[in-house]
Amino acid sequence: MSALTSAPRRAGSPSAGIRRGEAAAGWLFTAPVLIILGIFLLVPVLMALWVSFSDWTGRGSPFSSNVNFVGLDNYAAVTTGGGLAERDFGTALRNNAWYVLLVVPLQTALSLFLAVLVNRAVLRGRGFFRTAFYFPSVTSSVAITVLWLFLFSTSGAVNEVLSWLGVNGPNWFNDPSGVVHNLLGTVGVTTGPAALTGNTFLGVSWWDWLAGPSVAMSAFVLMAVFTTSGTFMLLFIAGLQNIGGDVMEAAMMDGANGWQRFWRVTLPQLKPVLFTVLTLGLIGTWQVFDQIYTGTQGGPGKTTLTPAYLSYSSAFLSQQWGQGAAIAFVLFVIIVALTILQRWVLRDRPVSRRRARQYEVRGTNGGAR
Amino acid sequence: MTATASPQTTVLAEQVVDGPRRAPRKHRMPAKTLRWQIALYALLCVLALIYIYPFLVQVATSFKTDASAAADPVSLVPQPFSVAAYERLFLNSDFPVWFANSAIVTVFVTIGRVFFASLAGYALARLRFRGRSVIFAALVAVMAVPAVVLLIPKFLVINQLGIYDSYAGMILPLLVDAAGVFIMKNFFESVPPSVEEQARVDGAGTFRVFWSVVLPMARPALITIVILSFQGSWNELSHFVIASQSPELTTLTKGVASLASGQLSQGSQFPIKLAAAAIMTIPVAVMFFIFQRRIMNASEGAVKE
Repeated sequence: MSALTSAPRRAGSPSAGIRRGEAAAGWLFTAPVLIILGIFLLVPVLMALWVSFSDWTGRGSPFSSNVNFVGLDNYAAVTTGGGLAERDFGTALRNNAWYVLLVVPLQTALSLFLAVLVNRAVLRGRGFFRTAFYFPSVTSSVAITVLWLFLFSTSGAVNEVLSWLGVNGPNWFNDPSGVVHNLLGTVGVTTGPAALTGNTFLGVSWWDWLAGPSVAMSAFVLMAVFTTSGTFMLLFIAGLQNIGGDVMEAAMMDGANGWQRFWRVTLPQLKPVLFTVLTLGLIGTWQVFDQIYTGTQGGPGKTTLTPAYLSYSSAFLSQQWGQGAAIAFVLFVIIVALTILQRWVLRDRPVSRRRARQYEVRGTNGGAR
Repeated sequence: MTATASPQTTVLAEQVVDGPRRAPRKHRMPAKTLRWQIALYALLCVLALIYIYPFLVQVATSFKTDASAAADPVSLVPQPFSVAAYERLFLNSDFPVWFANSAIVTVFVTIGRVFFASLAGYALARLRFRGRSVIFAALVAVMAVPAVVLLIPKFLVINQLGIYDSYAGMILPLLVDAAGVFIMKNFFESVPPSVEEQARVDGAGTFRVFWSVVLPMARPALITIVILSFQGSWNELSHFVIASQSPELTTLTKGVASLASGQLSQGSQFPIKLAAAAIMTIPVAVMFFIFQRRIMNASEGAVKE
């Protein structure tokens, strides 16, 4: 490769003529991608950044002379304003945080579980099971949401099945009550301590932050797990097939049972895949938009409002373009920050000194870092 | 990117794993093994039922009447059998227009993505030019930007360019997908360059080499891009929400979403909504079953970055 790179400099070499014009071709080949990404990604982000600092109301061009620079006003309105904008943003963050907290672990665990089940060498109908688990992933979020609205309607299939079990199903998509509050309610706790109800964060009291996802949001949680587990199952299957048989065999020779082999041998080797699945899950679950747009538009009681939908509705429906853009940028920062945090938590740690010493042959000075 | 583990290696590995474990048990404790096997299959069947049943209910309910859909939401046999939902959808609604719009957008976006992604992927993998690594770094950065964050920004530019509420505004921004470029680049890097080198020595120009030598070899990767683009643009909602507003430009996703929120029907007319959702699923389902093997393999390769 390096020989080829330096080739054009040597005028006499035969490859010089062949490689001439390669720079032009390179730029020409990448030009469509660069132009389209530039126009529809880079420029828009810069424009939106300006809008988030302006008082543009959606009429005319955001660059016309009657649009003013308002500094951080829009960001302040959604984070410290004390008004409806702040409360809505706080509520949206609360809803989405619970969603992420439930969906990411559930989808990761379920997809790993399915992958382990389906990856067995001797399994009849392996293709059938894989297809069944993967199919929900190819359908559109709109179609699945419509289906979910039906399944979880008051007289829907889910409540029907629950009634066979003697359970009186909730009014799913019309029930704004928080799941954690409901659980506390069953043991008689209906109002929180004053310390929690009296103090607020982003316009939402601490007691309401701890309400848990509403029953309506829980239905969306189940939907997310249902639709994404298949995709992640495929990733885990690929990872499982990469694990060498020799390590597993060695573990078996050492007398490890199936449970131990999974936790001590399989799982550590799946770490790269686990990392990918968690990253994709974390990024995806903070972008809940389609389901809310199609299904509930934020209701009931704003308990399915998400930052992504709030950003859209403030701009396109309430004409608060500056606030909508500000919410989008805050959401972007949240996603980037959480991804970095997750990478840091799951980083490859150097082996601890104590551990390393056990394996050392000579001296203790040369330990890991 | 390393190539996907070959089937032989996989099978061999599995034999190594399973050989010593299964062989002795067969003789020692067949009853226990059998019980485990039955439990495993029972579990898998219950899970598969949970995953498939919603779709069966969807299709069944679309043939029910409104009353029977509400009265008996679980059964798979429509009683009475009714095609009223489909009649209404095709004869008395904009549904055919939505379908046509989705088809138009999907075809253009897929063709554009395949062509542009392979061009750029080839350049980034094979051609040596100043600025290549910068372009690549920019692409990786672009992939990290969450799509939902771009809704307002994209609208601003589309509006400014005067292509709001037109096919151009719906198609152009979707034509390029950084992930597709990434996949093509990885693929071209895994192919030995000797064939192209030969064609170059024979005097073919860069585009000629790309078009008649490289692209035909890239069929597996191209199919992957086709699948991803088809699925992506057919299922896209948020971009169309912000790029158009007139009824003639409504796509399936947007139309069905408006159906769901009750803009066409009063009350909970589930049969018609579910019929619309079912028809909308057919093209991606067909695509999925045609390329099933490829899809499973594609994601196997994708994870090994």
